[in-house]
Amino acid sequence: MTRKQRRLYFVVLGVLAVGAAAALVLTALRQDIVFFFSPSEIVEAKIPTEGRRIRLGGLVEEGSVAKEGATVKFRITDGAHVVPVVFSGLLPDLFREGQGVVTEGKMGKDGTFVAAEVLAKHDENYMPKEVAESLKKTGHWQGEQKK
Amino acid sequence: MIAEIGHFALILALAVALLQATLPLIGAQRGDPVWMGLSGPTSVAQMVLVTVSFAALTHAYVTSDFSVLNVAQNSHTDKPMLYKVAGVWGNHEGSLLLWITILAVFGCAVTAFGRNLPPGLKARALAVQAIITVGFLLFILFTSNPFERLDPAPMNGNGLNPLLQDPGLAFHPPMLYLGYVGFSMAFSFAIAALIEGRVDAAWARWVRPWTLAAWVFLTGGIVLGSWWAYYELGWGGWWYWDPVENASFMPWLAGTALLHSAVVVEKRDALKAWTIFLAITAFGLSLLGTFLVRSGVITSVHAFASDPTRGVFILALLVVAIGGSFTLFAFRAPNLKTGGLFSPVSREGALLLNNVLMATGAGTVLLGTLYPLFADALDLGKVSVGPPFFNSVFVPLMVPMVLAMAVGPLMSWKRGDLAGVLGRLKIAIGLSLVITAATWFLQGGSAGPWWAAGGMGLAAWLLLGTLVDLAERVRLFKAPLSDSLARAGRLPRSYWGMMLAHGGLALFIAGATASSAWKVEAVQSQKIGEAITVSGYTFTLKEVKDVPGANYLATEGIFEVTKDGKFFAEMRPAKRVYRQPPRPTTEAAIEGTFLGDVYAVIGDKDVVSGGYVTRLYFNPLVPWMWVGTLFMVLGGLTSLTDRRHRIGAPTRARAVAQAAKA
Repeated sequence: MTRKQRRLYFVVLGVLAVGAAAALVLTALRQDIVFFFSPSEIVEAKIPTEGRRIRLGGLVEEGSVAKEGATVKFRITDGAHVVPVVFSGLLPDLFREGQGVVTEGKMGKDGTFVAAEVLAKHDENYMPKEVAESLKKTGHWQGEQKK
Repeated sequence: MIAEIGHFALILALAVALLQATLPLIGAQRGDPVWMGLSGPTSVAQMVLVTVSFAALTHAYVTSDFSVLNVAQNSHTDKPMLYKVAGVWGNHEGSLLLWITILAVFGCAVTAFGRNLPPGLKARALAVQAIITVGFLLFILFTSNPFERLDPAPMNGNGLNPLLQDPGLAFHPPMLYLGYVGFSMAFSFAIAALIEGRVDAAWARWVRPWTLAAWVFLTGGIVLGSWWAYYELGWGGWWYWDPVENASFMPWLAGTALLHSAVVVEKRDALKAWTIFLAITAFGLSLLGTFLVRSGVITSVHAFASDPTRGVFILALLVVAIGGSFTLFAFRAPNLKTGGLFSPVSREGALLLNNVLMATGAGTVLLGTLYPLFADALDLGKVSVGPPFFNSVFVPLMVPMVLAMAVGPLMSWKRGDLAGVLGRLKIAIGLSLVITAATWFLQGGSAGPWWAAGGMGLAAWLLLGTLVDLAERVRLFKAPLSDSLARAGRLPRSYWGMMLAHGGLALFIAGATASSAWKVEAVQSQKIGEAITVSGYTFTLKEVKDVPGANYLATEGIFEVTKDGKFFAEMRPAKRVYRQPPRPTTEAAIEGTFLGDVYAVIGDKDVVSGGYVTRLYFNPLVPWMWVGTLFMVLGGLTSLTDRRHRIGAPTRARAVAQAAKA
């Protein structure tokens, strides 16, 4: 096998691998990525969200958390609008009223968000970037005063 | 006072690093042995100064000196000693100091063990190391000084994030950093080789053990982190494809590829430019990993509060380091002489195939990790890329890799015989198919996920293929047993290392497949005395009581677990609330069996029914994963003790000396 042939082999192998990866990535990007919405975006129904897995983030509204057995109901707010959420499972340790939260799940027909996951943070000072930005949009952002 | 010494030592280290980054480089260019020789003493001085600085910060933590801002923010007098020390690197500033301390120790190791290295290569490599050091020292001194004072000093500190107060996580960052920084060796030597325009077997022989050591640490670090997430977060999962996890996984993939392509450089004098490329990539991805974790540009499940202005600094560092080295690569790589030719069907060919697949895999992980950033910048909406993306992109790329992994070691160098090798593997092929079919049957056909049978079959194929190779080499059943044992004893340690690592990966694949496919989970509100059965195990909640700990109060649930009416174990999951900072953590209770982990978590009291929210799991084959990764680490260590890895460096020196004589 000559140098040229080997180089050709190398190139073909690379193109095949990258091509396969690109095909997989493009399919996955259509199906498997999850969009983030704020309560305002959902309530104002800018985007059809029903039935699709999405992320919803904002602040856990004060006084909204109600636990019934292993099911938890609470509301997520961005100051302008509120979306009710239902979640079955163990909440992350740092979940608390008034704190920023990101949940992942699907919108139900009755306008309640059915969360499959409530994302945990390692650090209670941490505010998810998306939540901070949506709060800034509604004018309810209070800076980094939580530190 | 001691904190000021630490700070001052860092400034001195910067001055020394500037010398080390320039003079030896100029010396190597001019062929001046005195200037080249400066790289040795400066690297030792560097190590001493940075270590003094690290010791000063550790001292501040151990003595709880709250006049140091960093200590006040991250420590507390109540903490057990282990976490006072671990607190040194449990925060941004301290972890960077640890990074740079490890870098200095590696630099010093080049001086200590590299006496036989050609002086030009050594001087250049150490100068490149020093350039990295300069970047990080500037970063620490200007944006993240750990020795900043606080006046007046508070009575007590804020404490360490309770999630980090865990033995698994205490050693996770140092291990990870040893891995990240370890790749800087391969990087520095790659840059030095590019400047010299020469890559040869002696170069690879020097780089291999260091890369291997870095790989062992990185593997250990990732596994510790994953294991910690498994038992501490209480979600029963062990890998979330989170940006922070990906940040450590990408250098691992590139490093694993580098490890294998360096073998081809050493043995066959081929794939040189590709190996250099991987060396730069592995370290570049390590830097990127540090950047992703430290800058907070990406929302991560595991994100820590962080400062975006620091992100800009690291980003600049990243652009200079990666951009600069790839530019150098583009100019110099075409000049590297290509060596041994080989057929696509050969051991080199198999290694190359897997290298390309692994690099492509790392590329897709990179794309998935950074995609939210692109989408945000291009106004495509706010997206997150999670497990579904990686499972449907990364996993398919790894399937052909694992298929080839069993075949590769049986091939001969240069020109292999694929049909012959597959013939030798016919028992392995048959058994793997049987296992695939059996798995399909046992999970009840399409009642389980379709890919589970394939995953188990793949694991079996890799394990059996690896064992067939071993059996052939020792002529098992073909020669008398004593002869086989004698042959086994004569196999090089690096071969045993490969056996362990490949076999370990097979166990890992089996465990990962089973735990993803057949996990059984029950979440409910459980009253005292109530029994819940999960996958044949009956959990009876006996009582719940408060147990005080060193700096926390734990609410412990006591479960009696029975299987088939017989006592299996008493399990005590707990929920802790720490005093400072006042935060809760979950402590899962896990009982491992051969077939899987029995796993219990207790949550809050349910005020309506008076019970407790409990989460009970059966996680099949999870222990296989940990044992498999342990084998991988042991394989790396075994390979490191190989005689050939120790005596590598002198070879070129001797060759050069002989050439000079002739």
